[in-house]
This record gives sequence, C-alpha cells and structure tokens, in this order.
Amino acid sequence: MIINLEIIGIIVLWTFLFGYIIVASIDFGAGFFNAYGIFTKRQHILTKIIQRYLSPVWEVTNVFLVFFFVGMVGFFPSTAFYYGTTLLVPVSIAVILLGIRGSYYAFETYGARSHKGYAFMYGLSGLLLPAALSIVLTISEGGFVSMVNGNPVLDYWALFTSPLTWSIVVLSLSAVLYISAVFLTWYADKANDTPATELLRRYALIWSLPTIITAGGIIYELRSHNAEHYERILSLWWMFLISAVLFIGTVWLLWRRKHYGVAFSLLIGQFAFAFYGYGISHYPYLLYPHLTLYDSFTNEAMAVSLIIAFIAGLALLIPSLYLLLRLFLFNKDYVSGKSDHEH
Amino acid sequence: MINEEAVYYSRILTETTLSFHIIYATLGVGVPLMIMIAHWVGIKKNDEHYILLARRWTRGFIITVAVGVVTGTAIGLQLSLLWPNFMELAGNVIALPLFMETFAFFFEAIFLGIYLYTWDRFENQRKHLLLLIPVAIGASFSAVFITIVNAFMNAPQGFDLVNGELVNVNPIKAMFNPAMPTKVSHVVGTAYMTSAFVLASIAAFRLLKGSNHIYHKKALFLTMKVGLIFSITSLIVGDLSGKYLAEYQPEKLAAAEWHFETSENAELILFGIMNEEEEIKYALKIPYALSILAHGSPTAEVIGLDQFAEEDRPPLYIHYLFNIMVGIGMLMIVVSLLYIFSRARGWTFTETKPYRWLIVLGGPLAIIAIEAGWWLAEVGRQPWILRGIMRTAEGATTSNDVDLMLLLFCGLYLILGIGSVVVLSRMFRRNPVERELMERKGDVQT
Repeated sequence: MIINLEIIGIIVLWTFLFGYIIVASIDFGAGFFNAYGIFTKRQHILTKIIQRYLSPVWEVTNVFLVFFFVGMVGFFPSTAFYYGTTLLVPVSIAVILLGIRGSYYAFETYGARSHKGYAFMYGLSGLLLPAALSIVLTISEGGFVSMVNGNPVLDYWALFTSPLTWSIVVLSLSAVLYISAVFLTWYADKANDTPATELLRRYALIWSLPTIITAGGIIYELRSHNAEHYERILSLWWMFLISAVLFIGTVWLLWRRKHYGVAFSLLIGQFAFAFYGYGISHYPYLLYPHLTLYDSFTNEAMAVSLIIAFIAGLALLIPSLYLLLRLFLFNKDYVSGKSDHEH
Repeated sequence: MINEEAVYYSRILTETTLSFHIIYATLGVGVPLMIMIAHWVGIKKNDEHYILLARRWTRGFIITVAVGVVTGTAIGLQLSLLWPNFMELAGNVIALPLFMETFAFFFEAIFLGIYLYTWDRFENQRKHLLLLIPVAIGASFSAVFITIVNAFMNAPQGFDLVNGELVNVNPIKAMFNPAMPTKVSHVVGTAYMTSAFVLASIAAFRLLKGSNHIYHKKALFLTMKVGLIFSITSLIVGDLSGKYLAEYQPEKLAAAEWHFETSENAELILFGIMNEEEEIKYALKIPYALSILAHGSPTAEVIGLDQFAEEDRPPLYIHYLFNIMVGIGMLMIVVSLLYIFSRARGWTFTETKPYRWLIVLGGPLAIIAIEAGWWLAEVGRQPWILRGIMRTAEGATTSNDVDLMLLLFCGLYLILGIGSVVVLSRMFRRNPVERELMERKGDVQT
C-alpha cells in the first residue's frame, strides 16, 4: 500500500470516526446506565456525572459524526450515491434517535427538570443508535446491496436474516457499554465517588466478556461471508493480537482496582488496533464489491484543497479542544464538583 | 430512472427540514452577536442590567442551538440520503465549503461550551467576553459557508462538463460564484436583523405584561437599534440581489415579479393576485421600478419569462413569497426607525400599548420573512437543483421509503418545536428578571 491522496483522505476520516466511536460510546453508555440506575434507584450517582461531564461536550461529540459524513462525501463523492440511496431508512432512524438525545440535553439538563419517561427514552436511544449506525459497517461487507436499473438497492430480508448483522449489532452494543463503563469508572474515581466507582467497575467487568466474544465471532463469520476480507484480516493478525493483549490489560487493572486511568488508555489502544486493523483489511473497498477508494475518489484539486482546509482547521481546533478538556475533564475542582457553574 | 413519488416526498421532506431548521439556524447566527453586544455594553458602562441581559439571552440561546444542532445534522445527512445523485456531482465541486462549515461549527460549539460553563469563573469579565468572539465568528461563518453551497446551486461554476465527465474542477472558483456575495451578505444580515427583532419582541412583550422594569426598556432600545441597522443593510443587499438575478438568473427575477414580456422601461408589479388564466388583479404597478431594480436604470431592458421554455420556468406563486419578504422587511424598517427617532425626539407614542404590540408582532413577522425568503430562493430555482446542469428530479433518491421517513421526521420536529417553546417560556417565567437582579445585587455586595 503506497501513500497517496486516497489513503490520506481515508485515514483522516477513519480517525474522526474512531474519535466519534469512543466519545459517542461514553455518551450513549452513560445515558443507558443512567436510565438503568433510575429503575434500580441508584440514579443520583450517574446523573451527576452525566450533567457535569456530558452536557458541556455533547455538541462537540456530534460534530465528529457530522465531520465524518461531510468529509466522506467530500473525499469520496460516489459514496453519496451508493450509501445515500441504500441507507435512507437506517440513517434516518439514527438521526431521529440523535434528535431524542439532543433534545434531552437541551430540555432536561438545561431546563433542569427531570422526567422519568424522557430519561428512559434517552437511555434507550443510546442502545438503538449503535445498532442503527453499525448497520453501515455490515452493509459495507457486501452481499446486501444489488444494482437494479443502475441504482443500488438494499435487500432488507438478507440483511436482517444474516448472523453477521446481529453479531455486529451485539458487538456495537456491548462495546458501547464496555467503553462507557471503563471511562466512567475512571471519572468517578477521580471525583472520589467510591460507590459510583464500584458500581461502574462492575458494569465494566460484566460487559468486557460479550465484547471480546462477539469481536472474535465476527472475524469467524466473515470467513464465510466475505472470504477476501477474512484473508486480509488474518494477514494483519499481529494488530488483532496486540488489541487482545491490551484488552486483557484493561480487565486485569479493573479486576485489581488499580490505575483506572491507565486501564482506560489501554482500552483506547485496544479499540484503536482493532478499528484500524479492521479498516486496513477493508482496503481498498468502501462497499464490497461495488466501490473502492479509487473509483469513488474526488478530483485532485478538491482533494488537495480539502486536505489544506483540514490542516488549517486542525491548527484552530486542537488548541481549542485542549482548552475544553482542561477546563472540564481534567480540572480537579470541576470534576469533583467544587467549582460551581451556571444552571 | 426517476421515481416520481420519491422525488415528490424528497422535496417535501427537504422543505420541511429546512423550514424548521432555518428558524433555529437564523437565531443561532444572530443571537451570539446580540449577546456579545450586550455583554460588551455591560462591561463598558459598568451596567449590571446589560450583563444580565447577556446571561439570560445565553441561557435561551443554548436551547435553540441544541435544536439547531439536531436539525442541522438532519439536513446534512438528508442531502445525501434524499439527493444522492446531486451530492455525488456537487461533492466533486462544492465539498470544500461544506467541509469548512463543520470546522466553523466545531469551533463555535467548543467555545460556546466553555463560555456557558465559565460565568463567574474569571476575575476579569473582559476575558470571559473574549470567549464569545469565537462563538460569534464560528456561528456567522457556518452561515457563510453553507450559503456559499446554496449560491453554487444557483450559479454553478468552477468546472467543465465534457461528455458527462467533470473536468477542470476549481473549488475556489466554485466557492466565489456570482451568486455568492449578495446571497451570503443577505443571509447573514437578515439573520442579525431577525434575531434582533425576535429579542425586541420578547422585551416588548415583557413590558406589556406587567413588568415596567428599566431592564426591559434597555433591552428593547438596544435590540431595536441593531434591528434597524441590519434591516437597512438587508434592504441594500436585497437591491443588489435583484441586479445579480437580472444578470445571472433572469427567469427567477421574472417569475418573482410576474414579468412576462422582455421589455425596456419595465414596471414593477407589487402585490396583486393571479387567476388561472394568468391575469393579474389588484396589483400596484410602479413604472420603471423593475428596470431600476434589475439594472439601476429606468430604461434598461429586463428579460421576461417569454425567453424561457415552459419547462424551465419557476412556479409563479413565488411572487407572493417575494411580496411577503419585502413587505415585512419594509415594515420593520419603518417600525424600528420610528421607534429610534421618537426616542431621540422625546415622543411618547412609541411607548403606548398598540405600538408595543406592533413590536411584539415584529418577532414572528421577521421569522415569516425568513421563511418566505428561503422558499423564494429554493422554489425560484426550480426546476433545477443545480441551475442549468441538473434538474431536481434527476438529483433525487430512487428509494420507496421516503414517505415513511417524512412522517417520522415530522414527529421529531413537532416534539422539538413544542419542547423548545415550553422549556424556554418555563425557564424565563420561573426566574423573572426582578428576582434574579435582587439575587445578583446580593452577590455583588458580598
């Protein structure tokens, strides 16, 4: 694989998608645990964390997603044709679920009145969203889209009866809950909230198992669904091995109640290796077997100007993001609730 | 292969999303500027009222911005979901400003989060005000970049089509298309104007409903001043837009003005009703005015609809939209000008109940003008999605599920619309200005 504009483009987009998956997982999972806590009468622990951590950043989280799909259409305009036509239903549903989450932040936390039903919807949307969004990855494996009269058509029956679909859905759900629980364990620990730390640590350990089992299962299922992709995954075995080792590291630290911060960084590493390993093995296809990076790529002038805009944008964003994180995430007084804020 | 039903529902869904989104987007662009002005005046005059004004506006603003984020994400995705063929073509040429818009919004969202949660965390108020600058810049630039994309749809350039293949793409030339200067300044200017009049409307409403606090009077005066400035700039830019249309999209101007025959010394038709035989009744005809609007000269020739084939003409009902937009714009200039003038002269009729009700009405009217303006812009471009290059029907999806999605999204917008109104009114009713001022005075003394 040589480095060319196509590769630079997809690396940028894949990185933003990775950022979105991590941050959104924390967000989705927290909403679910919160709703679950309300039903088991332990809500106060999580509600506080959600209000202090998630409310200031949810719009930023959302921008990662917008960035990904706008960048995708920019770098690979043909994806608008193939995915735009086939994804109308799942992505529309995802947008509506995102709408429910956004309105929860707007109306409940800013409006400062909590309603059980709304918290429940908010929690549920956190589970349905990864399911709706992960369908995109399933479809990209091929076998569900056929060309009819020159237009791509999605075969819903094949999609919903495929074991691959459901394993990816289960993986996305358990990964969301696992990522979220590990992060929140660390955050609660930093806030010196021992009962919350214990509770979230238990959630993290519970969800670690289905995450790793389904991840392995999906690789196995790809053998029959998409042999070409399967072969490429095997050739990248070392990336998935590192990922697995990092996973064991996280679980071990959680088990021993030690270094939650390190545990979370190992988790980032675990998902990074798996996610990029998956991405590289997917190369060069964006949609098996219809669309590759190369036949969907934009013209050179647009690609160069997008990359320049991207670098200029990053120069602006990275210092700003650093400021945001320093003020909210890594500010001890803010995290533990000593320093007060508006609302 | 065109799926007529999909085209029809795609148009309705896009119209619905845009009509709903534009309310929140307009406020999202304009209100940060108003907050900044109030905050700055407050620091400058050392006046607690203006500072509180900025705080309370900010609290309302985050609700509208949150809804704007949701609907903005929806329209962003719907562009690809409902118009995949269009986006495939447009993505090759006009993706750059779309991409930059995400950055502008990113920038805004980060600093809005910081500004919001750091009231009272700075010893020096000026430092806190500094945080607002990126919010206001990010908000306005989001509008600039998105409007550039819309301008491109009206006046596409920066590429060549050779046998259906795109060649010689120049993203910068595509961005700086002929429609861009007037469109961008009109959209940004009217966003400031509308936001000012919406906030003025709230202040006037409070004054009518019992509270005679000086706080509301200061708010009203400030917002009316800003509203006047930007309604005048919008008028000037509106005139320039007419000249742009006459040059580059004559069919749009002709349809909006019911100008059928190409002619010199063209008269401007204001108001009026058209029956099914295309006869115009009850119209006000101003001689030479269309020639002046189109070319700045009373004798200039203005191209009429006769120069265009039937299937290339926009629908004629855009004339009504044009009248609504211009009528409300003019009314708001008069209302705000009279208000400012009578304040300077010490006249009191602008302090009377009927006049305040007029100002209250100004908020919703300004929003209606924004809606009419966008419908005019979009319907007036028909039958094209990319003028002269791609027809709307060719750009649409072929999926059969658009009608169902339309229902789902209508439900979402209904919840968001009702929710934001309920939450906003509850938020301010529960915490009236008088009480908050009293609490804050206690703060200041200790």
